Formats: sequence, structure tokens, C-alpha cells
Amino acid sequence: MGKTLFDKVWDAHVVRKVEDGPDVFFIDRHFIHEVTSPVAFVGLKNRGIGVMYPEKTFATADHNTPTWNQHLPVADPLSAKQLEALANNAAEYGISHWGLGHEDNGIVHIVGPENGITLPGATIVCGDSHTSTHGAFGAIAFGIGTSEVEMVLSTQCIMQPKPKKMRININGKLGFGVTPKDVALYIISQQTTSGATGYFVEYAGEVFENMSMEGRMTVCNLSIEMGARGGMIAPDETTFEYIKGRRMAPKGADWDKALAYWKTLKTDDDAVFDAEYTYDAADIEPMITYGTNPGMGIGVTQCIPTADQVEGGKETYKKSLGYMKFNEGDDMLGKPVDFVFLGSCTNGRIEDFRAFCSIVEGRQKADNITAWLVPGSHKVVDQIKAEGLDKILTEAGFVLREPGCSACLAMNDDKVPAGKLAVSTSNRNFEGRQGPGSRTLLASPLVAAATAVEGVVTDPRVLINA
Amino acid sequence: MAYDKFEVLTSTAIPLPIENVDTDQIIPARFLKATERVGFGENFFRDWRYDAEGNPIADFPLNDPKYAGSKILVGGKNFGSGSSREHAAWSVYDYGLRCVISSFFADIFRNNCLNVGVLPVQVSAEFAQKLFDAIEADPKTEIKVDLPNQTVTLVATGESESFDINGYKKGNMLNGFDDIDYLQNMKEEIRAFEAKQEIY
Ligand code: SF4
Repeated sequence: MGKTLFDKVWDAHVVRKVEDGPDVFFIDRHFIHEVTSPVAFVGLKNRGIGVMYPEKTFATADHNTPTWNQHLPVADPLSAKQLEALANNAAEYGISHWGLGHEDNGIVHIVGPENGITLPGATIVCGDSHTSTHGAFGAIAFGIGTSEVEMVLSTQCIMQPKPKKMRININGKLGFGVTPKDVALYIISQQTTSGATGYFVEYAGEVFENMSMEGRMTVCNLSIEMGARGGMIAPDETTFEYIKGRRMAPKGADWDKALAYWKTLKTDDDAVFDAEYTYDAADIEPMITYGTNPGMGIGVTQCIPTADQVEGGKETYKKSLGYMKFNEGDDMLGKPVDFVFLGSCTNGRIEDFRAFCSIVEGRQKADNITAWLVPGSHKVVDQIKAEGLDKILTEAGFVLREPGCSACLAMNDDKVPAGKLAVSTSNRNFEGRQGPGSRTLLASPLVAAATAVEGVVTDPRVLINA
Repeated sequence: MAYDKFEVLTSTAIPLPIENVDTDQIIPARFLKATERVGFGENFFRDWRYDAEGNPIADFPLNDPKYAGSKILVGGKNFGSGSSREHAAWSVYDYGLRCVISSFFADIFRNNCLNVGVLPVQVSAEFAQKLFDAIEADPKTEIKVDLPNQTVTLVATGESESFDINGYKKGNMLNGFDDIDYLQNMKEEIRAFEAKQEIY
């Protein structure tokens, strides 16, 4: 029987199979950040053990960092302490560290690919669930807990049962105004937040083959939101093109050797998946969420389903709508919005800023909107400037902030106040995710831009036509 | 030893019959700023336990004196979804719970629980409902979780269901060991494996 892409990469990394237990799984690349790593280093010290391969771990500060005045000392003492712990631990153990202000600094899942650290066929982990982003390159990448961070630091391995395999196929062409974010939100709305629990997903079909690397990263990033451990896409010319020449990517003879191997990384024709779903690109429209988990998404022109139309507990559904202050049957279009957030590892890359600018160019930010535009990394900032997008934004009344996770999890000052409604390009709309009491609508950069200029939830296609 | 051994636990239980409880609710992000593992029990379900002024919300089960001292939480389907933060599992343990029962767990949360000494017990939806009903009828209902025999039992009626756990993880829980202990003993094998890796 043939192997899937996932099997090929997984099997190449099993150090030992534990009887009636998990596999001892080797990790090629490990990212750490200031929030989930400090306790792991305390653990190392308590056990009196060291870091086995410091050159395979990369540290960046992103989760709690301010997105304004980064040259000043971090005001919040607890955040400052975590950043200091990251810097000290990295220095003590010889781990490369891209702290605040460093030219390579940015959101962990954005700087990895940018610097050529993320490669096809690699195994990549980080104490952040959206590590699944790196699967866009045909890597096995997933989020881990702090105990596992400690395991990787001390032994470069974790203990994992091999997940089941799912394939999601989407063929056809995406409609006008439909972005990779909409594809992902659509899939999650079909699968629900737990539909892919226990699985590792491969995305296949024309839609993904025609997608840019940025778009593939957005899709793989959101795999976790349907419960999947991760998602991946077979590497192809688009992938190789993206990686070639990046700072830490293989060069010369190493490149040729790597490339020859990467070309073998695809699912064999006779390979079997534990589950397989096929959707049609024509069914996907610009999406928006209306509830308190990412599975609660609909086309932006649709109305909120009634409790009778949804599967699952009615009480839970009503609690969710109650929190959002929405009613069953409400239209999403035209809902007044207070905040717009463009950023995060889901949609903080150059393509996302281009998309946002394509709508706001020649228009003005609505007065009722507070907008936070947060690029994913310094390299994204540089690119924005090189393309003159910053001017478009300034003329339209927007301000570009400095890189970081920002309002994606609101650990810094970028918090949406209680009761306020935000259209956000990030990945989670849980209760209070963007600040205690905040209400979040997840959407694409196009929907966010259209909403930012109109002040209410808006279908971007109307503005593109106009 | 990373945590207290787990063998047989008999306790009353706190019911939380809400689906898709995510780890942002179990421990909100603003409490993740610690550089050591302290204070997580206090902030367990912080925003569901306390209102914005810090007053306890009376009808939230964790605040209900009827359930004081319980070591088991019975949660709704898809418990622990969302963020990978292990802090969520720490907060369960540090709050004083040793076992979470649900008809379905999110993957990373389940893994994290097993790594920190909290036993995730997955039961059928029917049995979960039975537990909720029994607790509602009598908050002092005792539940017995027997790890060696892999069973969970309603003590009063003897109704019981078995649950799955792999042999390796079971051994760890019974002995209070974690994966790090295991991996420390195979470093030579890991080194040999690494030496064969060519591309990465
Ligand atoms: S942007 Fe959000 S999801 Fe991405 S790494 Fe940061 S906190 Fe995690």
C-alpha cells in the first residue's frame, strides 16, 4: 500500500516505537517564544539537564510585545520579565534569539518561513497551536505544551501517538473576492471545531495547487481550529521558488540534494486516508464568523442560523449568541463595528496587506472604526514600505503599527474593550480572546478592509465592483 | 517525580455541561505572564468564576459550595479546545482536580493533561449524561475512577463504563512519571538518529 505525504515525513522521524504507547518523534526545528518557554527552562534547571541541540531551536519575542514604541523599555513588568527570561535563557544555552527590535523579529510563524528555517519534509514544533502554519511547505508542524518544549530542549524529541490521516480536496476556481482565509473558514464551518480532532490533514486539489505560499500558510494555520493536530500541502514549484535563496535555506549542492528529496514528498496514488472530504470551490463566498468559536462561520451575505438549524447543544449555541449580543436570523451585513484588526500569523503577511490596500486605496477609514494594522514581522514592514503600501494606508487614514501577535491574543495593550465588536483577520473568536468581554468576527483582509471603510460589516465584492 | 501518582480516585464531581469549552476560558491569556508555575489554580476559569469587579458569580458551578473539595470535573463535549497552552492543564491540577471526564477531548489538551498528572477520561455521550443527571439529582454523588482497571463508576448505583488509555501513559500516571523521565534514558539512541539526518 502506498504512503501519504504525512506518512512519509512522520515515518522518517520515528526514533523508537514504544510498545502500547506513543512514538518517540524527532524534531528538526523548534521555535520558542517568551510566553510558553520560561517554565520549560525552569524545568530543565530543576532536573539539572541541559539543551541537547541548541542550534535546532530558534527564539523570537512576539506574544506579549507592544506594537507601539518598541524602542522604549516594555512598560508592563510581567511582560518585561518574560522577555528578559527568554533573552537570558537563549544566551545561557546558546540559542539564537530575535528579540524586540532585531531585524529578524516578528511572529514566530512568520519569521520561520521568511528566513528559510521552515522546509519541506521537516518536523517543526512550537509552544503555540498555530505552528500548523508551517505545514504549508509540506512539513509536519504542530503546537505543543510547555512540558513538551522541555522535552525538545533536552532531547530533541517528543512522545506522540501517530495521528490519523484526513484529506480535504477542493477543486474548481475560487470566486472573485474569495481568499484563502475564506477557504479555511468555510472548511471549519463544515467540519465544526472538533471535526478533525485526532487527525492530521492534507489539503489537496486545484484550489491549493493554485494558491500562493502566503495563502497556503493561512489555510494550514487554521487547521487547528477544526481540532486537527496540523495540516499540510505537498511541496511543489511554488514552494521551492519561495524557499530558494532564503537566508537559512540549503545552498549549492545541499540545495540540489534537498530538492531531489522534496520532490518525492507527495501522497502515492494508492495511499489510503482514514477520512476524506471533497468540497467545491464554487460554494465558497467571503466568510465571517458570528459566534464564539471559529466553526461558527457563514457567508458574509447570509443570516445567523437559528438554534434549530445547527447541530449540537442548543443551550451552548444560545449562550454563544448571547455573548455576541446577536439574535438568531440576524443579517451580518450592516452590523456596526468598532474595531478592525489586520494582522496575526493567520493574515499578517505581505499579501494580506496588499489585499487590504486594494480596498482602502482612494477611500477613507470610517470614523467609528479604530483600526490596528500590525505586520507580522519587520521583513513584512520593509516590504510594505518598498511597495508604497504605507502611503496608501496613511492617505486612507490608517496607521501602521510595529510587528507582534498583538490583538490576536491581547496579551499586550492591544485589547478590544468589553462589549466592543471587532472584525479581525486573526484565528480565534473565543469569549474574551481579544480582551475581556470583547466580541470578535473573524474574516479575511478584504472583508476587514471593506468594513474599515464602511464602518459596518461589508461584502468586499461590492467595493471591488464600485 | 513530576506529580502525585494516580491510582483509584473516589470523589464528588463538579458538573460543567457546556460544549467546546476552550483553553482561553480555562485560563485566560492575561494570566500566562508567569515565568514560573505559580498562581494558575487561582485563575482557573477566571472570567466565568468572577465578574469584572472580581465578585464571584454565584451560579457558576466552581463557586457552588455544594461541590467544594471535588477532585473531578465532568465537562461537556469537546473539552479543552483551542490554544495549546499547558497552563490550562496546570490550572486544573493546581486548582486541586485530578481527573476530567468528558464525552470528547481536544487533542493537545488531553496530551497536556497526561503530561502533568491530570487523568482525562473519555466516556460515551450517554454515560456523560448519566453523570450529569446523577450530580444534578444529588450534588454529593460520588464517582470512582479506577485507573488500574480503566473504569469509571457511579458509586451509588454501580453503573460503570470502561475507558481507554495507552499502556505507556497508564504506567506513567500510576508511577507519577512523565515523558521527560523516559526520554532522558535514551539519549544515545537519539544522538545516533540525529547523526543520520542529512538535510535538516
Ligand atoms: S499571532 Fe496569535 S496565533 Fe499566531 S503565534 Fe501569535 S498568538 Fe499565536
